[in-house]
Amino acid sequence: MLHNKTIAELSADLHAGEYSSEHLTRAFLARIEQFNPQLNALVTVTAEQALADARVADARLKAGTAGPLTGIPLVQKDIFCTKGVKTSCGSRMLDNFIAPYDATTVTKLKDAGMVMVGKSNMDEFAMGSSNETSFYGPVKNPWDTAAVPGGSSGGSAAAVAARLAPVATGTDTGGSIRQPAALCGITGIKPTYGRVSRYGMIAFASSLDQGGPMARTAEDCALVLGAMAGFDERDSTSVDMPVPDYRATLNDSIQGLKIGLPKEYFGEGLDAQVAQVIEDAIKQYRTLGAEVVEISLPNTQLAVPTYYVVAPAECSSNLSRFDGVRFGYRCENPHDLLDLYKRSRGEGFGPEVKRRIMIGTYALSAGYYDAYYIKAQQLRRLISDDFIQAFKQVDVIMGPTSPTVAFNIGEKVADPVTMYLSDIYTIAVNLAGLPGMSIPAGFVGKRPVGLQLIGNYFAEARLLNVAHKYQQATDWHDRVPEGF
Amino acid sequence: MSNSVSSVSPWQQEWEVVIGLEIHAQLATRTKIFSGAATAYGAEPNTQACAVDLGLPGVLPVLNGEVARMAVKFGLATGARIAPRSVFARKNYFYPDLPKGYQISQYELPIVGQGSIQIELDDGVTKTIGITRAHLEEDAGKSLHEDFHGLTGIDLNRAGTPLLEIVSEPDMRSAKEAVAYMKKIHSLVRYLEICDGNMQEGSFRCDANVSVRPKGREKFGTRAEIKNINSFRFVEKAINYEVERQIELLESGGTVVQETRLYDADKDETRSMRSKEEAFDYRYFPDPDLLPLDVDEAFIAEVRRTLPELPDEKRERFVYQYGLTPYDASVLTASRELADFFEAVEKASDGEAKQSANWVMGDLSAALNKANLDIANSPVTAQMLGGMIQRIADDTISGKIAKEVFEAMWNGEGDADAIIEKKGLKQVTDTGAIEQAIDAVIANNPKQLEQYRSGQEKLFGFFVGQAMKATQGKANPALLNELLKKKLSS
Repeated sequence: MLHNKTIAELSADLHAGEYSSEHLTRAFLARIEQFNPQLNALVTVTAEQALADARVADARLKAGTAGPLTGIPLVQKDIFCTKGVKTSCGSRMLDNFIAPYDATTVTKLKDAGMVMVGKSNMDEFAMGSSNETSFYGPVKNPWDTAAVPGGSSGGSAAAVAARLAPVATGTDTGGSIRQPAALCGITGIKPTYGRVSRYGMIAFASSLDQGGPMARTAEDCALVLGAMAGFDERDSTSVDMPVPDYRATLNDSIQGLKIGLPKEYFGEGLDAQVAQVIEDAIKQYRTLGAEVVEISLPNTQLAVPTYYVVAPAECSSNLSRFDGVRFGYRCENPHDLLDLYKRSRGEGFGPEVKRRIMIGTYALSAGYYDAYYIKAQQLRRLISDDFIQAFKQVDVIMGPTSPTVAFNIGEKVADPVTMYLSDIYTIAVNLAGLPGMSIPAGFVGKRPVGLQLIGNYFAEARLLNVAHKYQQATDWHDRVPEGF
Repeated sequence: MSNSVSSVSPWQQEWEVVIGLEIHAQLATRTKIFSGAATAYGAEPNTQACAVDLGLPGVLPVLNGEVARMAVKFGLATGARIAPRSVFARKNYFYPDLPKGYQISQYELPIVGQGSIQIELDDGVTKTIGITRAHLEEDAGKSLHEDFHGLTGIDLNRAGTPLLEIVSEPDMRSAKEAVAYMKKIHSLVRYLEICDGNMQEGSFRCDANVSVRPKGREKFGTRAEIKNINSFRFVEKAINYEVERQIELLESGGTVVQETRLYDADKDETRSMRSKEEAFDYRYFPDPDLLPLDVDEAFIAEVRRTLPELPDEKRERFVYQYGLTPYDASVLTASRELADFFEAVEKASDGEAKQSANWVMGDLSAALNKANLDIANSPVTAQMLGGMIQRIADDTISGKIAKEVFEAMWNGEGDADAIIEKKGLKQVTDTGAIEQAIDAVIANNPKQLEQYRSGQEKLFGFFVGQAMKATQGKANPALLNELLKKKLSS
């Protein structure tokens, strides 16, 4: 079954001439056609272009100029600008937006020979933890179609879990790669802030956003991250540091690895059954030779309130460009400029986006700026310092990715604060700018549980190595949702 | 048109005017401050706006390093502290020609801190004007309200053009001082080659903060800000109008409200744009897309080495090196091009500094003005003018003949020597020839000779004129005078 193979396996087959990229691409396009209607994971399917790209990849494979990703199908989150292809960001506002340029990561993955088969559904402007804020409707979790896939990269996570593509890109501002990866039982990595270019990735909160791959294994993530990462002169916040060969160190020993378990991540609010799965995973690491110590991240409880000042503040400004003037949604028959602004934005944005724009506008307003924005920046520093202290004692921090397994569609829609709390373990990582991963670690009933791994700055190689060793010893990542 | 404030207006005894200016100087970079699009003026609308300038989803700004160099240049030239770290912030407001819905500017931490410059007032007194700060920012696009049948056209060519906003202290006490300050900054940025100073194209413009207070009171009055004035003349008129308006208001028992006003040059008046209550809350915060701008000592030292001689230094040097009057030195150093031209003339004239200054400030400037030409496009080059002045100095031609030579040079008839040769304008210094001419004049005017000799000495001028005419103006004037005096009294 082609669709159950990893990128590493598919790549070996393509290079050995077992089948062509075109054949492989057709296989995945057929699965998309079969399963996407029930999952709603992709909002755009680019079949024709995919087949053309696959044929180019086949020529490269034949000519011997192919790399490890050449000819491998890929889904792009619809937050990445793709030239000539609709880039909606899950919003009515951009339902008519055909991007005139490629995001840097899109270019990089194209250059690596990857074949984009479509673009994935997502929470509107990446604001959400359940994929229910999308203009295109919710995505279903392949493990249980009554459940959400998580968000905001819910379409990407569901597509990979349902084997509609071997890999998808995601973006993570407060957990948007890791939480849906956890809820859909796949592997996802959010790199260090600055590791992957943000150019062409539609901004939600600029100081937190970071793109990364979502695949089934750490090895596949290593392959794709290697192609996505790197300095980009178009992004002033990207870091000019060489990209290591993430695959080369996957099998390094983790004997004596020091794992820190923050006690704050195992307290009130954590589902007992999820806690059990995480404890079992930690046990597995002990078996593999790691040492486990309890640590403290004392400012953990400040992460959610800090995030919900910083992220909305930045988004309130980032989303000002959607004004109905130059591109995107414009209301019908505006009678003056103010009416154009009010109705275009009022009709083009959904309720969660509006809520965050209002929170952010408030936090930046004269008289509140010091009490909210400045205070949040100070707390952000404290939260980062917690991690910096912790990494003096341990190599990697572990804990649950999400306090619960996937909840039901509609369950938390009416209660934003409860929804926000589902990112309680992931948000601090973005505020600190650290790399974080989620890997499949078991199930509660039918629904998957993710183990979160947090590394020091630019320690992606170490995280991938630690994840890979676990996946060598377990098979959670190989489980296939029933019916797919 | 009210030429408003006359020199002795009664209010001058009772009210003091307080003015501060915010000058926007467009930095002369080839590309924009945060994108690679060209900054050239006058292109077809929206042909010089790339994805970044259009504020497309996903695009990011990248700082053009050249603007930091230019800002530091300005800071060093005004004795300001250069901030080792400055921060770009977003100024949020909605306007159709502001593509991102925010302008990237510097707010709390500008690149250039407190500095100052000297201005010269009419009475020769110099005054120091404080500069609060100068910061980098991007310009917005343009909204075009004509030719769109009730709609508005947007041209984003200007969006993202780099600006240096230079904020003065409220140190000016009259419209004239404000103009002197603005001219001084204009001259400085052109000396530094960081701004082309073209006011018609909007490369150099200002907002004026104007208030009045009873003389002797320390507390400032409520100010009005007059936006976007793009000529020296309009600055003076707008301020004078605004001062009168405020005084009239106060004297009739009213109060000035803090507001933004617009100067209408056609009507010569200012009118209210928006009051303080309607003022935007710009929600400034540091732009997370840009790193702080770090400027180290080595960079500052490097920029310092590239600083040209500044106007004040040049003026002083012109006084002691060329023996010019402070006034002449001021005029000649008002622009770097004029100063350079003068020095080239002086050199070509072999050290005739005073003559060089007179010709550059006199006939040449007048001819350029009349033809509406820049000194850079003068048909008479410095080399040519200097060559002509040499001929005056060595008595080949007189000052009067020189005017004819200058005109011929202006009309492209060649250099001074060629013109003198071709037109036979060489001054006659041959005593015999001049005496011959004098003898003829005396012989032909016996009546005048008799009158002269009987005491009507003012007729001397008549004989000079006749004799000069007889030599086609080529006689050396001093020699002619001397010989004529001798002949008439013999």
